[in-house]
Amino acid sequence: MFPFDTASPQSAVIAELFNLIAVIAVVIFIIVTLGVLWSAWRYRHQDGQPEPRQIKGNLPLEIGWTLIPLLILIFVAVRTVAAMDLVDPAPPVDPTPDLIITGHQWWWEIEYPQAGVMTANEIHIPTGQRLLLQIEAADVLHSFWLPQLARKVDMIPGQTRWLWLEVDEPGVYSGACAEFCGAQHAWMRLRLTAHAPDEYEQWLTQQAQTPAQPTTGDAAAGAQLFQERTCVNCHAIAGTAGQARVGPDLTHLATRATLAAGLLTNTPENLRAWLKAPHTLKPGTLMPDLHLTDAEVEQLATYLETLP
Amino acid sequence: MSQIPLVPESEIPLPRLRDDNGLLSWIASIDHKQIGIMYLLATLFFFALGGIEALLLRTQLARPESQFLSPDAYNELFTMHGTTMIFLVVMPMLIGFATYFVPLMIGARDMLFPRVNALSFWLLLFGGLLLYFSFFAGGAPTAGWFSYVPLSQRAYNTSPGLDYWSLALFGTGIGTILAGVNFIGTVLVLRAPGMKLTRLPLFVWMNSVNSVLILGALSLLNASLIMLFVERQFDMRFFDEASGGDPLLWQHLFWAFGHPEVYIMVLPAFGMISEIIPVFSRKPIFGYAFVAGSTVAIMVLSYLVWAHHMFAVGLPRIFNIFFALASMLIAVPTGVKIFNWMATMWGGAIRFTTAMLFASSFLILFTIGGLSGVSFAVVPIDWQTTDTYYVVAHMHYVLFGGTLFAIFAATYYWFPKMTGRLLSERLGKWHFWLTFVGFNTTFMVQHFLGLMGMPRRVYTYPADMPGWALLNLISTIGAYILAVSVLIFVWNLVVSWRRGAAAGDNPWQGWTLEWATSSPPPVHNFERVPPIRSHRPLYDLTPAERTNQAGWSAVSQEIPQPTYAPATLALGIIFVLWGLATTWLISAVGLGLIVLALQLWFRQK
Repeated sequence: MFPFDTASPQSAVIAELFNLIAVIAVVIFIIVTLGVLWSAWRYRHQDGQPEPRQIKGNLPLEIGWTLIPLLILIFVAVRTVAAMDLVDPAPPVDPTPDLIITGHQWWWEIEYPQAGVMTANEIHIPTGQRLLLQIEAADVLHSFWLPQLARKVDMIPGQTRWLWLEVDEPGVYSGACAEFCGAQHAWMRLRLTAHAPDEYEQWLTQQAQTPAQPTTGDAAAGAQLFQERTCVNCHAIAGTAGQARVGPDLTHLATRATLAAGLLTNTPENLRAWLKAPHTLKPGTLMPDLHLTDAEVEQLATYLETLP
Repeated sequence: MSQIPLVPESEIPLPRLRDDNGLLSWIASIDHKQIGIMYLLATLFFFALGGIEALLLRTQLARPESQFLSPDAYNELFTMHGTTMIFLVVMPMLIGFATYFVPLMIGARDMLFPRVNALSFWLLLFGGLLLYFSFFAGGAPTAGWFSYVPLSQRAYNTSPGLDYWSLALFGTGIGTILAGVNFIGTVLVLRAPGMKLTRLPLFVWMNSVNSVLILGALSLLNASLIMLFVERQFDMRFFDEASGGDPLLWQHLFWAFGHPEVYIMVLPAFGMISEIIPVFSRKPIFGYAFVAGSTVAIMVLSYLVWAHHMFAVGLPRIFNIFFALASMLIAVPTGVKIFNWMATMWGGAIRFTTAMLFASSFLILFTIGGLSGVSFAVVPIDWQTTDTYYVVAHMHYVLFGGTLFAIFAATYYWFPKMTGRLLSERLGKWHFWLTFVGFNTTFMVQHFLGLMGMPRRVYTYPADMPGWALLNLISTIGAYILAVSVLIFVWNLVVSWRRGAAAGDNPWQGWTLEWATSSPPPVHNFERVPPIRSHRPLYDLTPAERTNQAGWSAVSQEIPQPTYAPATLALGIIFVLWGLATTWLISAVGLGLIVLALQLWFRQK
């Protein structure tokens, strides 16, 4: 729906309200503009014209253009309060989150507490279900925003917020961090995929599996590098000793569409380029440049690609 | 402009900058007219800096995934653009006009506290330079003009830029508060005989209401800046959740200053419009009492709307509703003003000088900014649009399409009084049309970018977002058109100051007291002031009063001694603050300067 695509009942309410306000605003704008232009043309000074009549005011008019806007605003206020409840219903008294989203500089941690699944930067949900999201921040302020789906909600370190999320149709929806959060605020993009419910179950089952660790070749060498170099201090991979939550969970990295919070498409070349020089691609990123050799990059990338 | 009578070139040359014993006389000056001109020149300099920053930002955003600026450079520039335009351009430019014209419009010889007036200016200039010094001292601030915690805390931002930011704004803040006190005192004490408060010119009235707003808002800002500084330097943890603080406390403090600040940047502009539209429509302001009274309503309400900057934070529902209603309510007195200005034009005899072109297009552009502003009070719409380019568009329609258009109008209107020469109308028309087209090209499309999901404060954006690249390119082209228009404006100022047509005392047939003295006014402002019977004293004069100055009363012409004390004191204060960001040695020098300045200050009577 104009003015922005809407794909959930909540965002449809916002769009409808926006259109109502826009109509009122455009009408007022046209009145003011026509008034100014009409005066400019009709009452322009002409040579030899005497001073015009000196009108100092008009009380009924003043009362009129005080009261009419007031009445319009009372109407707008009623609609506003009603819409607030539709867009952002209160969470239950004892909330159980379907997802926990945590904002980090500059990526999103996404946890499915019931299924025990951890992922990053890409949310997958089933269509037609209203999910309760628990919103957290790990460092500075961020703001969770999927423009087509839900209200924006700020992520505040040490404080919990709740958000209802619901999608009508399967598809991929783009989002972003909306609160300025430092050097790479621009590349804190978010991606949500809405699946038909059975397809979603398949995805969740797959993500919940612990991948088998490779035993031979480059992949095995990469697995060893992951544990020996400092990767493991920040990143988790299920089924290994790596359980840190400082950086994104890499368990099923190969199934993700993007790298580095939307910066790169997840292709073999991009994965290698990222491991080789993260700071060139995303200046300021907290991922250290480990000065890996090309061979090490190849081994690590091969390892990460074998973890479906 | 055939309607403007030509004035013969004067036998006696008009005063120029380099007369009156040169630069030193300006540094020692405590004359409100010289200080006002210094305010305007200094803020024009900072306007150029802020404009160059804006051009660099728009150049970076012209193409998606551009490498023109690094993320850190972009973040420095957008922080400095906002900080500069708000604290070093719009607010002090309005104060500069008021410094020049408030005493003239109430028939006074000077401000109530002339030396404090000079102190305010020097604090602004030195504070602004201290802020810009951060570029050479390890990097400019990168946390935005709002410096939200925790990003502005030392854990996330070790660059000294943020220390310079809080110290420099603290310094200029002292100057602004003193200016507020000075304006209130001047208007309460120094009005000419007959000028009741109900006969104040609306510019003076609105500037006075504004000064009350300054006292509350800037004091709050300065207190908050101290908190931020000691939090960073001494680990005080006011804003640290884990230590019992609250990161939202900063937001409440900042916006409790920040929203009144919006009106501090708008009310004097309303005052300018309320002077200019009547004069060029040849009619009195429609509904003087309503225009004046609605200003007071805005002042009171502006203290009660700050949390509409925080609807996405997740405050309690009832809290959000209160601030939504208060924010909607403030649209009523603002709308009253727009309708009264329209009614002033209605039935008039309108002369479209450049000043009037800017003033009448202010009505249209400010209305767009005001209407998009109302949409933020509608909380669910705010949840969608806050922190997007929709806000950037809205805020520039208010501060550029609104305030800056009023400032341009006021410049064309009052430049003849300040210099004795008219600005070129031919260059003025070019300036106006390029500004009008450039402004709307730059900012109109940003509404749509915001609705399409583009967040603010991003140094770049993905290439695969449909429409974003095109709209951003259009916006950047508009910014370059604006740059050309500003160059024409500055060129007009330079050539007209040197060779413009002589203006005479009252080129626009104005009605307020500044037009009852020569252009530029003598150092003591008035030989005599006319009788005052309404807010249009010159309109009310009888032919005898007009030609022979019959019944005009003598006023004080005592001229106080120039002194270096205010400039020295300001330099000392800024040195003390500078030392807090670097080494105590600089602070010690600053303390020495303060002692010296106070000696100078109190030795002179």
